[in-house]
Amino acid sequence: MFEIVESQMIVPNLHQLTVRAPDVVQDVKSGQFVILRAEDEGERIPLSIADWDAKAGTVTVFFLNVGATTSKLAALRAGDSIPTVVGPLGVPTEIDNYGTVLCLGGCYGIGSIYPIARDLKKAGNRVITVIEARSSYLFYWEEKLKTVSDEMFFITRDGTRGYKGHVPRLQEIMQAVGGEIDRVIINGCTFLVKLGSEVTRPSGTKTIVSLAPIMIDGTGMCGVCRVTIGDSTRFACVHGPDFDGHQVNWEELLKRRKMYFNEEVVPLHTSRCEAHSAEISG
Amino acid sequence: MPDKPKPKRDLNRRDMPKQSPKVRRQNFNEVALGYTVELAREEAERCLQCKNPKCVPMCPVEIDIPGFIRGIAENNFAQGTQTLKNKNLLPAVCGRVCPQEEQCEKGCILNKRGAPVAIGRLERFLADWEAAQGEAEIPKLTRSTGKKVAIVGGGPAGLTVAGDLIRLGHKVTIFEALHEMGGVLVYGIPEFRLPKAIVKREVEYLRKLGVEIRTNFVVGKTRTVDSLLEEYDAVFVGSGAGLPWFMQIPGENLNGVYSANEYLTRMNLMKGYLFPEFDTPIKNHHRVAVVGGGNVAMDCARTALRLGADEVHIIYRRSRQELPARLEEVENAEEEGVIFDFLTLPLRYIGDENGWVKEIECLKMELGEPDASGRRRPVPIEGSNYMLSMDAVICAIGNSPNPLIPETTPGMEVGKWGNIKADEATGKTSKARVWAGGDVVSGAATVILAMGAGRIAARSIHEYLMNGKT
Ligand SMILES: Cc1cc2nc3c(=O)[nH]c(=O)nc-3n(C[C@H](O)[C@H](O)[C@H](O)COP(=O)(O)OP(=O)(O)OC[C@H]3O[C@@H](n4cnc5c(N)ncnc54)[C@H](O)[C@@H]3O)c2cc1C
Ligand SMILES: Cc1cc2nc3c(=O)[nH]c(=O)nc-3n(C[C@H](O)[C@H](O)[C@H](O)COP(=O)(O)OP(=O)(O)OC[C@H]3O[C@@H](n4cnc5c(N)ncnc54)[C@H](O)[C@@H]3O)c2cc1C
Ligand code: SF4
Ligand code: FES
Repeated sequence: MFEIVESQMIVPNLHQLTVRAPDVVQDVKSGQFVILRAEDEGERIPLSIADWDAKAGTVTVFFLNVGATTSKLAALRAGDSIPTVVGPLGVPTEIDNYGTVLCLGGCYGIGSIYPIARDLKKAGNRVITVIEARSSYLFYWEEKLKTVSDEMFFITRDGTRGYKGHVPRLQEIMQAVGGEIDRVIINGCTFLVKLGSEVTRPSGTKTIVSLAPIMIDGTGMCGVCRVTIGDSTRFACVHGPDFDGHQVNWEELLKRRKMYFNEEVVPLHTSRCEAHSAEISG
Repeated sequence: MPDKPKPKRDLNRRDMPKQSPKVRRQNFNEVALGYTVELAREEAERCLQCKNPKCVPMCPVEIDIPGFIRGIAENNFAQGTQTLKNKNLLPAVCGRVCPQEEQCEKGCILNKRGAPVAIGRLERFLADWEAAQGEAEIPKLTRSTGKKVAIVGGGPAGLTVAGDLIRLGHKVTIFEALHEMGGVLVYGIPEFRLPKAIVKREVEYLRKLGVEIRTNFVVGKTRTVDSLLEEYDAVFVGSGAGLPWFMQIPGENLNGVYSANEYLTRMNLMKGYLFPEFDTPIKNHHRVAVVGGGNVAMDCARTALRLGADEVHIIYRRSRQELPARLEEVENAEEEGVIFDFLTLPLRYIGDENGWVKEIECLKMELGEPDASGRRRPVPIEGSNYMLSMDAVICAIGNSPNPLIPETTPGMEVGKWGNIKADEATGKTSKARVWAGGDVVSGAATVILAMGAGRIAARSIHEYLMNGKT
């Protein structure tokens, strides 16, 4: 069993979870993920590693409370434990001295871009960090990100902070920064990483995205995480999750992600109905 | 008593009671119910107790077959069980899933005279009898040698090595990537063919013997083989052949096209058939096509039926004679209503506007000259293309070893298909202090062959640990 060290809702509906998993942190690198289960009857879900403490043997992840597993995880408190945390899985994000690198994070990606920005900074890059959210109250870890960034920009859909709109505003940020941008790295939900890749496609700026298809084992055994990259089929769990954003078949990925859409609503609704009926009868 | 006339040998083997096809199509309970004591004894009495039994050499782990059968015939089940377990640690598993018709029973002398002794069913009978007696006794362990062995993978190969080495006094740790032990036995083979409780019991037994079990641990990711070698005297790799093949035809990434591994893992390991009690979702499909003709394909097809599909087809490019699956399972599938489309090749999958598969374009085949495998080669019939409407396709055409370990283990040689190269007589790999066996070496094979390879490796590891020689 893996002990929860810290669990909190850091901004509305987005949770930070720190769990003791000493094996996972022995050799973890930025850009990798863990697969965990919330309970014995639970599904296996992948979450990106946002930080870790090798001495304490803990890993930190952020997740959006969207479905059965994430809502169970959200209900956990320090001292509780979960039956599975396995990793680190996936190929680490490529770190090198590229020159100027722009790191873009949205949603849980605001957290998971942090170790990548940190390592890029350490490797001597000029690091520009951009974070995106619906509204300014959804930003987190801003201070932490600042410590590893040369410059920081914000995009909010409602314009309450920084650039108003969505990821296409990245275009202007890239101009505002001045000088050549050698590489763009994007973490976050599929829609975000897709939009980001579209922004850099015309200029051809190398854009690395972390993909989030459905997974089960995370070791290359089941094949459910397959994505089309250029002409070839790749398994995101073992060949990724990072891929060249300009090579991804987005339409296919978006459809494959929705595979269990109808089914996944079932457990959510049943549990809500139970709670509701308990409320009105009790 | 030479003057007493010999009773006439009964040439009919005893059938094993099964759930009726209509009923079992509706549930995930075990199909075969096992022999009763009477049936087992009658079947055991058919065995000639050959002086020079032809069945034994056909058994990959050389079980003393007449020996354990004598136990049953003489009503001494304890003795029979002991004889059986001397050579086979997982009799409840092997009795259920071994391809006996290709192994021991093929050798049986009675094969020429009616029907071979039902060795597999008798093996299963003893294993189940033992389980019904309550807790298995924990044998006294030999004194500890102080040597430590790491085993990668909790499938039949790894379990066998663990069992053999712990009895010899070594400290054994199994590292397993998934959250449950058993390998294909838990994530692949369905409950209706091999109840998971049986695998659990065997694993529990090893745990009681003192084997340390660390699930949720991916060797090559969590730690490398090299790093394990710093802490352990030897490493055995039994990581199986879990990398699914696809046919590389158009439409394979459509929704509703599964690898057999995904389909079966969702069902078995993740208990999808108990959804929504368990969280793992599965789809309701009405018309399911399974591509392939092995045990894996049969398991997928029969699972799909149980999930309520109206029609399940097996699409196989050769004819019924060439089906690689066990005969018993083919018959079970037929009884349950699986439809076989022989001599058929899928060419492409066609999707609907939401990205879900809705049709398969197929091509009819005919059998030509035998190929390298000795089976007649399927040859396409020009212009015989036709469409099959389906809302799910399960690709069960094979698996190869997962490259994760070779890729992260410098100095480990692999063959053309990504299988780890290991010496047949010892299980030794090209890397010092590392042994390998089972599907990761042979490619997808059988439970008993994986166990046999584990036994060979365990012997060699023991020799190395005791006198440094390999
Ligand atoms: C390599 C990898 C890393 C990932 N890292 C993270 C991470 O760090 N944090 C995180 O929150 N998620 C991450 N994801 C996505 C995450 O695994 C899924 O959100 C998770 O499986 C949801 O599980 P659930 O059972 O709670 O929801 P489900 O029951 O699986 O889904 C409920 C509903 O929400 C939809 N949904 C699922 N995920 C999302 C999403 N991210 N955004 C919007 N809608 C969604 C589904 O389509 C479904 O209809 C990652 C995925 C991958 C493959
Ligand atoms: C659906 C299906 C039906 C079958 N039916 C039959 C049958 O009826 N009769 C028969 O004899 N055979 C059958 N087989 C074949 C048989 O199951 C295999 O030959 C046998 O399980 C191989 O054993 P193994 O120990 O080599 O590997 P596996 O059983 O594959 O076990 C390997 C284990 O290693 C783990 N692992 C892999 N990589 C790592 C890693 N990097 N770190 C840690 N752990 C790792 C895996 O999770 C797995 O648990 C069937 C196979 C399938 C898929
Ligand atoms: S060959 Fe057949 S009859 Fe002879 S010992 Fe073996 S099982 Fe019995
Ligand atoms: S998650 Fe199973 S192969 Fe990638």
